[in-house]
Amino acid sequence: METKVMNCIMCPMGCEMTVTLENGKFVSVTGNTCPRGAKYAETEVTDPRRMLTTTVRIQGGLLPLLPVVSADVLPKGKIADCVAYLRNVTVQAPVKAGDVIVPDILGLGVNIVASRDM
Amino acid sequence: MELYDVIIIGGGPGGLSAAHAAYENGAKKILVLERDRELGGILQQCIHNGFGLHHFKEELTGPGYAGRCIDLVKDKPEIETLTDTMVLSVTKDKQVTAVNPGKGLFTVQGKTVILTMGCRERTRGAIRTAGERPAGVFTAGAAQRMVNMEGYLPGKKIVILGSGDIGLIMARRMSLEGCKVQAVCEICPYSNGLTRNMVQCLYDFDIPLYLSHTILKIKGKDRVEGVTVAKVDERMRPIPGTEFEIECDTLLLSVGLIPENELSMAAGVEIAPFTNGPRVDQRRQTNLSGIYATGNVVHVHDLVDFVSDEAEIAGKFAALEAQGKLAAAVNTVEVSPINGVRTCVPQVLHLPEGGEPVRLFMRVGAPDRKVTLEVKCGEEVLVKKLLPVVKPSEMITLDIPAAKTKLMQKTITVGLQPK
Repeated sequence: METKVMNCIMCPMGCEMTVTLENGKFVSVTGNTCPRGAKYAETEVTDPRRMLTTTVRIQGGLLPLLPVVSADVLPKGKIADCVAYLRNVTVQAPVKAGDVIVPDILGLGVNIVASRDM
Repeated sequence: MELYDVIIIGGGPGGLSAAHAAYENGAKKILVLERDRELGGILQQCIHNGFGLHHFKEELTGPGYAGRCIDLVKDKPEIETLTDTMVLSVTKDKQVTAVNPGKGLFTVQGKTVILTMGCRERTRGAIRTAGERPAGVFTAGAAQRMVNMEGYLPGKKIVILGSGDIGLIMARRMSLEGCKVQAVCEICPYSNGLTRNMVQCLYDFDIPLYLSHTILKIKGKDRVEGVTVAKVDERMRPIPGTEFEIECDTLLLSVGLIPENELSMAAGVEIAPFTNGPRVDQRRQTNLSGIYATGNVVHVHDLVDFVSDEAEIAGKFAALEAQGKLAAAVNTVEVSPINGVRTCVPQVLHLPEGGEPVRLFMRVGAPDRKVTLEVKCGEEVLVKKLLPVVKPSEMITLDIPAAKTKLMQKTITVGLQPK
């Protein structure tokens, strides 16, 4: 049995929660004041995910960089790899907000899309 | 001189939301003046997400939110926008003088004017940090613009002073770009950012946060080489003997924002203490008739959603005034923040016959839990609201129905019920 202390991010309360794990598997959580906290705690210890926002190079645009965002959350452990991949991506203007810049990044099933028109 | 119903100074989310609300409320000739090369304001450099949940009911990036605001004003012949245009002066008679490369120097006349110039960052000079004057000291927002829009990295080994949301967001951004963020130092005993940002911007990247610490000295002759950090006591004075060094080539400052009111003050707009922005009524009218102010120029917001909400109020009433449709005020009420509420906008109410719905935007002085916010007139409680948690960094809102505003006389107080 091991325990992990974490802050809930579901609302401004920021409850401090203690999660109990056994062999890396979620067992229980204490300190949360609502069910959303319990769900967050379980996901956070078993399969933490994050949105990714970064930039790619763009040619022929108002700016040299185009802001992009993942269309959904990505596994936290893959964020650095995704950023490294996007560092080598260059697109051509014009681009519309929502255009897919990289489909299915690194085979993770999530598209990277443009955050704005340029 | 060209005459407009509403002239708006600033094309950020505040100005654009105000322009759209003015259009929706019948203004026929609206002008938005923006000094940057494109509309959207500071959101264009805030590429992270988390914007729009309140206002658009959808999670957007900064540029995404800006795009929504730009869509609200485009393709409408009633709304004219001029970018690359610097406003030089606004007079109390609502004449606006500006300059841009196409038109040169020009003056336009407004029936009403809305001030939405936003705010700017406090700099090293504002916090009087001792030491050398090397290159490598930036405000967090300036670094954000370099990294997210211009394509330059300000440095490789970073220390951030201030744990407000901009500082935290930049800690993550610099880490993703391959920089090493050595530490975030915060003079307060608590973080001034959202818990979500603490977790996702600091803990995810194992960046140490030093609470109750400040930077005493910046070292380095030509380029920053490091900073001297010390613990502070409860009165924020450095404690001798607690100093230590952190090596870095760049220092980012996230030490607060100041409403940008040079134009307002030159026009004769009265500035309120604590918020450092124009003193406004519930319609966002300043002390000068026909001159309105809204957004970060009035008080610094943590959520752009609230900027849009407030700007819609200003846009609506400016449009109504331009058309001669504004209900005359018969009752003037002062709003006085007390008992733990540090600031409240609006500062004054000008109520018409029958009252008017009013939304108050407040900040508390210190973090607390399970408090009751109450609006009182004399001893009578008009409205109250239970709040599970309050923080200085998170703005609170409270709606007062029109019927309750009818009961107000002279002064109302807004405060936390003593425990």
